[in-house]
Amino acid sequence: MVTQIKTVKELPREELFAPGHRLCAGCGVPVLVRMVLKAIPNAVIVNATGCLEVATTIFPYTSWRVPWVHNAFENAAATAAGIEAAFRILEKKRGIKRPKVVAFGGDGGTFDIGIQALSGALERGHDMLYICYDNEAYMNTGIQRSGATPRGAATTTSPAGKVIPGKLERKKNLIEIAVAHGIKYAATLNPAYPVDMYNKIVKAASVEGPTLLHYFCPCPTGWRSDVDKSIEIARLAVLTRVWPLYENDNGVYRITVPVKTPRPVEEYLKMQGRFRHLLAPENKWLLDQLKQDIEENWNRLLKLVELSQKSS
Amino acid sequence: MQKTVISGNEAVALGVKLAKVQVVAAYPITPQTIIVEKIAEYVESGELKARFINVESEHSAMAACIGAAAGGARVFTATSSQGLLYMSEMVFWAGGARLPVVMAVVNRAIAPPWSIWCDHNDALSQRDSGWVQLWVENVQEALDTVIQAYRIAEDERVMLPVMICLDGFLVSHSYEPIEVPSQQLVDSFLPEKTPAPYWIDVTNPRSYGTIASPETYMEFRYELQEAMEGAKRVVKEVDEDWGRLTGRSYGGLIDLYLCDDAEVVAVLIGSWAGDAKEAADIMRSRGVKAGVLRLRSTRPFPAEDLVEALKDVDAVAVVDRSLSPGLPSILLSEVKAALYEHGAKPYVKGFIAGLGGRDVTPQDFVNVFERTLKGFKKGETGKVEWVGLRGVGSGHR
Repeated sequence: MVTQIKTVKELPREELFAPGHRLCAGCGVPVLVRMVLKAIPNAVIVNATGCLEVATTIFPYTSWRVPWVHNAFENAAATAAGIEAAFRILEKKRGIKRPKVVAFGGDGGTFDIGIQALSGALERGHDMLYICYDNEAYMNTGIQRSGATPRGAATTTSPAGKVIPGKLERKKNLIEIAVAHGIKYAATLNPAYPVDMYNKIVKAASVEGPTLLHYFCPCPTGWRSDVDKSIEIARLAVLTRVWPLYENDNGVYRITVPVKTPRPVEEYLKMQGRFRHLLAPENKWLLDQLKQDIEENWNRLLKLVELSQKSS
Repeated sequence: MQKTVISGNEAVALGVKLAKVQVVAAYPITPQTIIVEKIAEYVESGELKARFINVESEHSAMAACIGAAAGGARVFTATSSQGLLYMSEMVFWAGGARLPVVMAVVNRAIAPPWSIWCDHNDALSQRDSGWVQLWVENVQEALDTVIQAYRIAEDERVMLPVMICLDGFLVSHSYEPIEVPSQQLVDSFLPEKTPAPYWIDVTNPRSYGTIASPETYMEFRYELQEAMEGAKRVVKEVDEDWGRLTGRSYGGLIDLYLCDDAEVVAVLIGSWAGDAKEAADIMRSRGVKAGVLRLRSTRPFPAEDLVEALKDVDAVAVVDRSLSPGLPSILLSEVKAALYEHGAKPYVKGFIAGLGGRDVTPQDFVNVFERTLKGFKKGETGKVEWVGLRGVGSGHR
């Protein structure tokens, strides 16, 4: 049985992610990585190109006290598949205990350039956990729009101009894409809810087969937010229903952190420079579209919960 | 030794089985597909105890091979042409990461225009990727070279991926009688893969593929170059060892045919060495001492061996089945560079032929020999000529 915790005090003490890395102050990634390595100490990490990769392994230094492999940008899932296959052979031929292969990709490496390799790996059923740390733009190259950037957000390639005030398109739904492959477990994570996060990581890792976690990753540099407000922003993302915390466990959707009455989305937006222009009266039309996205996503999730629980 | 009649593609697959490859990740593309189909059959029937990953692209095929090789397994993939180009980023990665991946490239022209037929531009486009590149002449050599490739790749003095290049259709789909070595013989030549020396060891965690600053990057590249230099010796040793066991060896880095006393030699890669050798016989029957130098390895480039073989030759014809637009031909430039560096100055003339599967016959090679000798005797420049070019003013025929 999978060990679930009730408070952060129960978290394992051992730190397999060493300090001294060069991630920005207030970055959400190290919170995730520390939690993952506490939950899965026998992990082999595959890391798509991105902030996490460049900031933690500057030769001859490394922050990783577990095996770690970087093999370019778009193919973390395919690389993980190869490692998994090798360890299945080594297990059979040499009795070497098979580690858990865990792949990390940012939203660019997952939603955009890596979606093909991810889809292939999920379809083939490799025993691996794929984790997308989503800071909603290409932050490593300097804040460019991705398929995960929410509507209205300003990035360097979707700047808030007079004619076009930020990104005009809606964010993809990664969990539904993953679930469409028939995988056994997928869930969203948020650093403001560490117990929920840890328990979902443990659950995902315990599944034999592909699983996916989607992490809300605050990025003060890209979001133009205060470095000491990352967790507060993350919490507001949940409380405004911008980032619902839920899981799909064997086809059944469940909201893990219910939000009965949402806080106004403006509270979340005004803390971040990338959204601030949406609060100007002339951009209300785009703000309304963003609000509609959030509402539609929430309502669709409620329906999926109801439908899947009824049919299970 | 057992005799059988099989195609080049089937021979490669058989080599993979005999080499006891552990992970195969592959994607179909003509004219390579039969290799991976055959391997899939071996895996499904239990004849080969391996994991077969049906990846969704060539890029992922090489990514998975890199993951599996880093995981300590003996790995294989195969591709051609567009597939190789799509895979290219990962091809360079495998080379730079010094992983002993082995890949068969069934040579096919690059589009546009769309073509499934043989030329060498696909593999040659990857010549700076850090892979050992070996070119075979026939079906037997394809089988033997797969087995040799693992010995070369996994040698601690090398630790580089190896590409086996075989001509699309001309070798891949040609059925030839060959000798199949016994499993016992192959096992004695190529022991089962152990994870060592470098692999993803959970008890000794390492970081692979880290970022290197300008203070360290060059040293990694220098070591890659040193490994390539070291591979020259290992390619020869392995071929000699194989010869001792089977009676078949291929000259190591270069295959020489009647070059000892030759006045004119054709330099080339691939299966049309057979046509060129026939042409050399015809020339000799007419009293002209012609020979053929088939480069078996283009990376590492066997400059020393090549110069040694050509230093007393009057005229050299370099026949490329590839194009470097604006250069214009790849082997020609490399052969000339090697000769220049070592102070040997035979007359050298370049030819481009057989692109996109255009048929080339022994008679074409007879013409190449004659044209080269004429150019030498008349003191012409070695200007590149296109063999059998139609519809435009051709310099040849």
